[in-house]
Amino acid sequence: MSAMRIISAMSGGVDSSVATARMIDQGHEVVGIHLALSRTDSNGKSRGCCTLDDARDARRVADKLGIPFYVWDFSTEFAESVMDNFHSEYELGRTPNPCLRCNEKIKFSAVLDRALALGFDAVATGHYAQIEHGPDGVELHRAIDPLKDQSYVLGVLTQNQLAHSLFPLGGDTKVRIREEALERGLSTAKKPDSHDICFIPDGDTAGYLVRKLGEQPGNITDAATGEVLGRHSGTFTVTIGQRRGLNLTVPAEDGAPRYVVDIDRETGTVIVGAPELLDVDFIRAINPIWAGAPLGEAPTDVSAQVRAHAEPVPASAYVDSGELIINLYEPIRGLAPGQAAVIYSGTKVLGSATVASTNRVGKQSSLHGS
Amino acid sequence: MQRVYLDHAATTSMLPQARAAWLEVSETVGNASSLHTSGRAARRVVESARESIAEDLGIRPSAVIFTGGGTESDNLAVKGLYWARCSQLGQNQLIIVTSAIEHHAVLDPVMWLSEHDGAAVEFARTDRQGCVSAVEIENALVRGGVALVSIMWANNEIGAIQPVHEIAELCKKFDVPFHTDAVQALGQLPLGLGELDATAVTISSHKIGGPVGVGALIVDPFAKFTPVMHGGGQEREIRSGTFDPASIAAFAAAIHYSVSDLSEHAARLRELQEYLIAAVTSAVPEAILNGPPPGEARLPNNTHFSFPGCEGDSLLMLLDAAGIDCSTGSACTAGIPEPSHVLLSMGVDEKTARASLRFSLGRDSSKEGIDQLAQALPGVVERALRAGSVSA
Repeated sequence: MSAMRIISAMSGGVDSSVATARMIDQGHEVVGIHLALSRTDSNGKSRGCCTLDDARDARRVADKLGIPFYVWDFSTEFAESVMDNFHSEYELGRTPNPCLRCNEKIKFSAVLDRALALGFDAVATGHYAQIEHGPDGVELHRAIDPLKDQSYVLGVLTQNQLAHSLFPLGGDTKVRIREEALERGLSTAKKPDSHDICFIPDGDTAGYLVRKLGEQPGNITDAATGEVLGRHSGTFTVTIGQRRGLNLTVPAEDGAPRYVVDIDRETGTVIVGAPELLDVDFIRAINPIWAGAPLGEAPTDVSAQVRAHAEPVPASAYVDSGELIINLYEPIRGLAPGQAAVIYSGTKVLGSATVASTNRVGKQSSLHGS
Repeated sequence: MQRVYLDHAATTSMLPQARAAWLEVSETVGNASSLHTSGRAARRVVESARESIAEDLGIRPSAVIFTGGGTESDNLAVKGLYWARCSQLGQNQLIIVTSAIEHHAVLDPVMWLSEHDGAAVEFARTDRQGCVSAVEIENALVRGGVALVSIMWANNEIGAIQPVHEIAELCKKFDVPFHTDAVQALGQLPLGLGELDATAVTISSHKIGGPVGVGALIVDPFAKFTPVMHGGGQEREIRSGTFDPASIAAFAAAIHYSVSDLSEHAARLRELQEYLIAAVTSAVPEAILNGPPPGEARLPNNTHFSFPGCEGDSLLMLLDAAGIDCSTGSACTAGIPEPSHVLLSMGVDEKTARASLRFSLGRDSSKEGIDQLAQALPGVVERALRAGSVSA
């Protein structure tokens, strides 16, 4: 590979620190960029201490590696494309993935476009995934570390975006990356992994949504009997498949645990029932995005993944009227509209689409609305 | 590649005279407030520096209150005068008259007093070139209830020189304290502080080739200031804190050199300023010069342009890669560029305000460096324009 001019997106974490160091070692001309995405202060002037710490950590790693470093302010774009979408999707009873959305709209779109316009060749990130060059162009593959594989959240990238993306960590395990960070003396080597949504640092998504959208209380009812079992403070505070934190006041007759199996937006009702009610074997997903060639109308054997850390499930998939239809060979438990379904051929990402409706095992009718 | 430093308004290289003075004092020991021989020697350094500064600026030595820099001096002037006036007049809500183009070291203490201490704030408007209207200040003084007026001597972003003599006279007439932040003016303009009826004048060392971390508030020795820093009671209890004799000596040396050299230095800067403006506008004909035209109304070291359709931070990054240091004229702790409050208050729209760069000249500036800038600019602007169009 000849030397390129590369923007390395530096979050201030260990992964992007090592990714940046590796790009420099490969002889590329690298500029470190920290993205200012959320502004936690209400007046929009300054950011919370956590993000300032991250910016500082990123700057110190760039200093150590001897590359230029700048902060790019994408907070307006982030608020519009990611946060507003997150709020409205939840309000519509869907379960969005903001990290996917950020990759699609910010990191590999607004940031990449700006980098290319400024004369750079590619954007590198610390995501765990692999880029391979196949006969029909660039391919996105799973990372070799199954515990860290992030190809799912990159499933929204198009061929053109992938052609300008670099993921230097996908061929190693997380353990190895931490060791390398230590060997390189990077100050971020021992920094804990971040798991939360970056604009909800305390991890309390339900509490965050109640603050943003206001309380919209309603009933929790039994799927079998229709009996009211409790109250909730907003349909957006629960997720399909959720068991804990429902505070049901009426116990089940057999004492079995009950799960959120459906959300009725119209009446603001959350429906709970036995876990078997969660099993789906059919997915209709809209707005497909293809990493390479699109699927055709003939069913193709694939594997489907519906959450960042879910097991992939064997399936057959095809395109019908611009929608992605997935028939699962094994049922998936708990799937909400708004989630992304990413389909793979082996380790290769084929594409992704947004779940619009699903069918319960053995039923032909749509359980969840579109 | 030789780097071209065009950010002298942010900070400038240390003068050899200042460095020599600092090194000499750094070899001695002694707290200038101690009573023994070593202490008295340290005190002698401080007092000699005070006298030297007083002579160079045309004031009495007792007018010099040493501080930790421009920001501290501005805080002492704004809060110290406000609180002293409130207690003098037996009132707890008075008006502060200032302008929207002040440095944050003035604006933020003013807004703090407004948010926490009941101060009312009146902003005197500026014209489109960033010059404050003295008439607005007079109107505010006529209405009454004014604790103090604070208007900078010259603006740090667009170099506009303000009518401080006129404003000082008005304040004297109405018997209202007047503070001016002269950080950018010192070393660029003949200050003649003896001829100015100001209650407090902020100056800073590192903008004129002294070390960072030392400055002064030049005060009317009869004016009352409530201290902001309490402690050992130094500087007539107005500013506590151990003296820094080495930095104070270096500060005095920098003032002495820059005042002695002023007319020659300013003339040289004015020539480079015109050269830079011509070079930039011929390299990028769309570039707009913000602030007053070069001449009497503008600091000799300052140029400030908008490049429509570009983001200032894209331009800065690309010029940085081309070996040129400049500024978007505004900064923030997280490194996020905000549109300049100065340009916005002059009526520039937000997009154009974000498209701006300041190039400020200093002693090591040369026509060759400006040529390097002019050579890099067309390509840099073309790329930034492309980036600007994808993000718009």
